[in-house]
Amino acid sequence: MRRARVLYRFWFAFGSILAVLYAFPFFLVLVNSLKGRREARNNPIAWPESFLWENFVEAAERMEFWQALGNSILVTSTSLVAIVLTSSMLAFYLARSRAKSSSAIFLILVTSMIVPFQALMIPFVGFFGNLGMLSSRFWIMFFYVGFGVAMSTFLYHGFIKNIPLELDEAASIDGASAWTTFWRVIFPMLSPVTATVAIINGLWIWNDFLLPSIVLYEDSRTLPLRTFVFYGQYTSDYGLAMAALVMSMIPIVLFYFAMQKRIIQGISAGAVK
Amino acid sequence: MANRSTRTRVQELKRFGIFALVPLFIFTFVLVVPFFRGVFLTFTDWDGFETTSIVGFDNYFLAFQDEAFWASMGITLAYVFASLILVNLVGFGLALLVTIPLKGVNVLRTFFFVPNLIGGVILGLIWQFIFGQALPTMAEQFDLPFFQENWLVTTDTAFWALVLVTVWQMSGYMMIIYVTGLMSIEKDVLEAALVDGATGLRTLVSIKLPLMAQAFTISLFLTIRNAFMAYDVNIALNNGGPYRSTELISLHVFRDAFGFGNFATGQSKAVIMFLIIAIAALTQVIVSKRFEVQR
Repeated sequence: MRRARVLYRFWFAFGSILAVLYAFPFFLVLVNSLKGRREARNNPIAWPESFLWENFVEAAERMEFWQALGNSILVTSTSLVAIVLTSSMLAFYLARSRAKSSSAIFLILVTSMIVPFQALMIPFVGFFGNLGMLSSRFWIMFFYVGFGVAMSTFLYHGFIKNIPLELDEAASIDGASAWTTFWRVIFPMLSPVTATVAIINGLWIWNDFLLPSIVLYEDSRTLPLRTFVFYGQYTSDYGLAMAALVMSMIPIVLFYFAMQKRIIQGISAGAVK
Repeated sequence: MANRSTRTRVQELKRFGIFALVPLFIFTFVLVVPFFRGVFLTFTDWDGFETTSIVGFDNYFLAFQDEAFWASMGITLAYVFASLILVNLVGFGLALLVTIPLKGVNVLRTFFFVPNLIGGVILGLIWQFIFGQALPTMAEQFDLPFFQENWLVTTDTAFWALVLVTVWQMSGYMMIIYVTGLMSIEKDVLEAALVDGATGLRTLVSIKLPLMAQAFTISLFLTIRNAFMAYDVNIALNNGGPYRSTELISLHVFRDAFGFGNFATGQSKAVIMFLIIAIAALTQVIVSKRFEVQR
């Protein structure tokens, strides 16, 4: 037993070194975000001579950080609400229906999960461009529902299947319509899945780049997009570029520390299904 | 009896209208229609605006004649293979590390997982700075044999740079899945093995691995899929450079269509990419399922 403890200590020390290596890039970005233009270029691995907090103010102003943050929050939150509502309802219908067509629909949904966005991004632009649905913070929500509904429905479906039918029947005897039954009885019971669905889709939408890079322009750009464009313009001033990177990471890191347990649970629950 | 069955059918239809119609409409409109339209367009002379004639398989022939396409396919396959091995090896190793019975391991978990929270574009930009600025300075100051040059400007090193960032990004995620797998093994089984005098390595190979095979199925599937679709890190790190030599298939398709205006050929390449992903993922799942122990 004692030998085992020594061994554990050894592996823990090894793990700690690895952890430091994993964090090292973030650390360097943070350190350089506080340096002036010349200092960051000349010695990117030294400690800052003095902390240049103005970098953050300037970068925020030039990349219109607050607008981009607002766009990201708006796009992510509206898409999440829409995905949760649509996929929980669809899953309820599919799980409770005995029609043959609904198992066919379910199969199509599951199969569609393998289609990468790349396989339809080219027709996407022409098709939705003609309909005037590009460059809009509203319609991108619609697109995210289209791409997110299959997996979310799948997650809800597995859960609803295990809710006894007697609950629906009891509500129905009490005179509740299917609509009321769903929102009053079933939906509140789904909250663990809703958390999983929200976390998995939330991380995906918040960090998504390809779809917004095709769909959103200028003022409607989300945070990853704005950061990418800004970085491209400011590679001569690494202090500012690093400050932009730090700012674009802060929201998600804060979110993670606030919801750590839920996020880890959500990810393992979502992946294992 | 007949009356009753029509009534349930009406009810069924009503339920469909209330709960399923809107989600299915959006799903069809956003995913199904563009997908089939995309497949259809590969058989036409579509130029991004209009189609005038059906051209059969010409776009596919053009795609196969394009050397840049083959080069991109080759580098993508190498990248998928390297990521598949390394991400899962590291991810599984990390999972073993963070499940040792010591208090501090939860903190380690966070360190390994955090890169995965952040989008690929930001990660790519971070490493553009690390490879381009920080590491060369470091190599100079400490006289390191590698990293003297920017890894992103020569083909071989740029490829491994891309793999390195991918491992850094995805291993924490796979770690979570493997931890879930390790935790799902019942304690009795492990105690029985200990009583029987099995060594740590023996327990790992003969008991843990077979009992958590499902975690491998999932992780391998996700790595293959993510690696084939990789775009963000690729564009942000060095834009597929130098001279398009590390341009993965997603970026290649994107450029072909939106950069060079080869819409129909580009879409054919996208369809080929889709077929390869589908076949690779299905084969892998079928093969992995054989190793899973029925419980």
